[in-house]
Amino acid sequence: MTPLITATAAPLATPDLPPPADVLLDVRDLRTYFHVMDGTVRAVDGVSYSIKRGQTLGIVGESGCGKSVTALTIMRLLDIPPAEIASGSVWFKGRNLLCLPEDQMRRVRGNEISMIFQEPMTSLNPVYTVGDQITEGVVLHKKLSKKAGLEKAIESLRLVGINNPERRVKQYPHELSGGMRQRVMIAMALACDPDLIIADEPTTALDVTIQAQILELIRKVQDETGAALMLITHDLGVVAETVQDVIVMYAGRVVESGTVDEVLLAPKHPYTKGLLESIPSKGKRGQRLNVIKGTVANPFNLPAGCNFAPRCPYAFGPCSTHDPQIEAASPPDVACWLYTRAPGGPPPPRLRPHLAPLAGEPS
Amino acid sequence: MIDVPGQTIPAPTREDATIPSEPLVKVDGLVKYYPIIGGILRRKIGDVKAVDDVTFTINRGEVFGLVGESGCGKSTLGRTLIRLQPATAGRATIAGEDIFAKKGRDLKRFRRRMQIIFQDPVGSLNPRMPISDIIGEGLLAQADDENRWGKREVRDARVGDYLDAVGLRRDYARRFPHEFSGGQRQRIGIARALALSPEVVICDEPVSALDVSIQSQVLNLLLDLRREFDLTYLFIAHNLSVIQYISDRVGVMYLGKLVEVADVDELYANPRHPYTIALLSAVPEPDPRVRKRRIVLTGEVPSPAAPPSGCRFHTRCWLREQLGRPEACETRVPELRVIATGHDVACHFAESVTPAAAIEAATLIPTPIASGRAVPIAAIGVLAGEGLAEAGDGLAKAEGAPADASPPVDETTPVDAATRATDAAAEDHFAEDRPVPAHHPQRGPGQAH
Repeated sequence: MTPLITATAAPLATPDLPPPADVLLDVRDLRTYFHVMDGTVRAVDGVSYSIKRGQTLGIVGESGCGKSVTALTIMRLLDIPPAEIASGSVWFKGRNLLCLPEDQMRRVRGNEISMIFQEPMTSLNPVYTVGDQITEGVVLHKKLSKKAGLEKAIESLRLVGINNPERRVKQYPHELSGGMRQRVMIAMALACDPDLIIADEPTTALDVTIQAQILELIRKVQDETGAALMLITHDLGVVAETVQDVIVMYAGRVVESGTVDEVLLAPKHPYTKGLLESIPSKGKRGQRLNVIKGTVANPFNLPAGCNFAPRCPYAFGPCSTHDPQIEAASPPDVACWLYTRAPGGPPPPRLRPHLAPLAGEPS
Repeated sequence: MIDVPGQTIPAPTREDATIPSEPLVKVDGLVKYYPIIGGILRRKIGDVKAVDDVTFTINRGEVFGLVGESGCGKSTLGRTLIRLQPATAGRATIAGEDIFAKKGRDLKRFRRRMQIIFQDPVGSLNPRMPISDIIGEGLLAQADDENRWGKREVRDARVGDYLDAVGLRRDYARRFPHEFSGGQRQRIGIARALALSPEVVICDEPVSALDVSIQSQVLNLLLDLRREFDLTYLFIAHNLSVIQYISDRVGVMYLGKLVEVADVDELYANPRHPYTIALLSAVPEPDPRVRKRRIVLTGEVPSPAAPPSGCRFHTRCWLREQLGRPEACETRVPELRVIATGHDVACHFAESVTPAAAIEAATLIPTPIASGRAVPIAAIGVLAGEGLAEAGDGLAKAEGAPADASPPVDETTPVDAATRATDAAAEDHFAEDRPVPAHHPQRGPGQAH
């Protein structure tokens, strides 16, 4: 793969070498395109980040920003074609997952990396019992007997706080409530003691009191098992409570990254700031909410320069001509011309969006 | 209208003397049951008690927020109120006229006065109709000699006006729904509801399906339109932040019952029903400095087909546990009663709800910052949204409480927070509203590492 010069979330080593041993997952310059009838959608376009063992990373963005596709690419769950992994590498425990033969990849999937999906209703198979579905993975990956697999299933159901797991393993998904199904999904993800759990909007379909239960559960099992967690969500509140590090995605790219308090308390990128300000809250009552004008960039027709420029209240000279993702030697944590000088462009204006206080924020 | 962040929306408020707070809509004992048909003979074997004896009023010009979790009956209530479904029992009036008694021509006329905006911006627009027909359909149905909406030009002009009002271009009328984004489709849904000049608009989760940046655009629009067209909203949502932002008064529903009604500030600052408190405490805050105290409800919402006896919340109630499971919770149905001016609660023991009691029932949520990295915590122990909670002072209560299940408080917590507290302060903070205590150092990103 040709190394491309990119502004990236994590400083890169040579793309072809595995990362240091404490880095569990290292995604480098990942590009996933979809070739469809109307053209090519660059769903993920040069995304890099890494997760250390036992750490938690949140991926935030609005629908269509490519956050789920990133996860599916790592798991190699996309149909190729129409999908194409145009470039990049995914280093996981010393191997590049994108180069792994399918039979070895199968040993990673559900075993070393497991995934919790958003829709607990549709991601469980309605014609198998809960026990069958959890046991399947365990028997396959851990080479256990069916009986031992069922024991393991019961044990993991107990871990996720399901009462009377001996009875539950014999039930079908339709007999369980939404929150209970999501617990089953988590139990399934845990059954093989994975090193990395990818949770794709795990609480979006749930009510707020059930969401509180599930988030607490995810925190607890992550703490107990020491697995790393990659949490994909659009809810900044969930992020603030659950993860240590955050990357913010917009139109297939990482626009900002940092620790959760850096990103949420002092957002640098105008998009991050706009997102935070558009959350309605009490402090903003009687006031017009700050909005991000316009709509998400058309994936078939991305703007020249910075993808966010047409919606950005701070856009100036180089924003519509130079792409900060490709051309900037910008600081590694934000892809924006406000923070670095564009090649041949004017120096950034003095105004830095994160210096303006957030509306409704205590001063 | 131009979106200027932070600009005050000159919307009519309760304080505005020109808007008398007269009840426009009165709902009295509204019941909606859905029959469960079963058995070999396909007989009725029970009822799903979706809405069970709900009473409230909506004042002219206000936004009445109705909040609750899925299945609590809030949408059913809205749909029954505008007669999309027949009510099982109860009475509802609009400006004194009985809604459920209307028939024929009278009913048709009534439909102009109350309109609804639906949640799903995709499913609620017919994909085979151009926008002009989607918005114009209601006009055509309501056409008479006076408004002349039967004439295509008159109708199209009105459709154009309302597209204008919701911030879309007039010439979009010829396009079809698939040509629009989610936010734009929701605007079309709003234009359709407003084209008939209603007095009351039921907003049934109008922003739930939208991304947060689009959601704020639509909320701004709804507030602008309320002012422009003198509207009254029944705003149904499950998102507590949205409800807090947009509502003047709020009703909280649980399993078909209204459990608490109050002015929005009162409800969020001083919730008195154990369910409301737990609900508010469950909302995640997008502020990593805040360590929340959370009451995590055990179990799931019971089935509305077989709701628990007495108080419907008693099976999950933390207050009941604290009080040693009094019998009244299981045997007597609590009525909505006035506990303070404009604040109604349906709980036998609402007087026992104190900050200390709530804190005792809560656990401190360990944030990743607190557990994972050596970062000083600026704020601690916030419970129940921004209201109920006050950090420093409340913590002292909690640490003293024997039943406190909180994990050990981080060592970096300022000690003075705990020592400053007195019982009086603990009472005080219940109603107070300070997101971050003043004595906690503000922390910038540079100090984080």
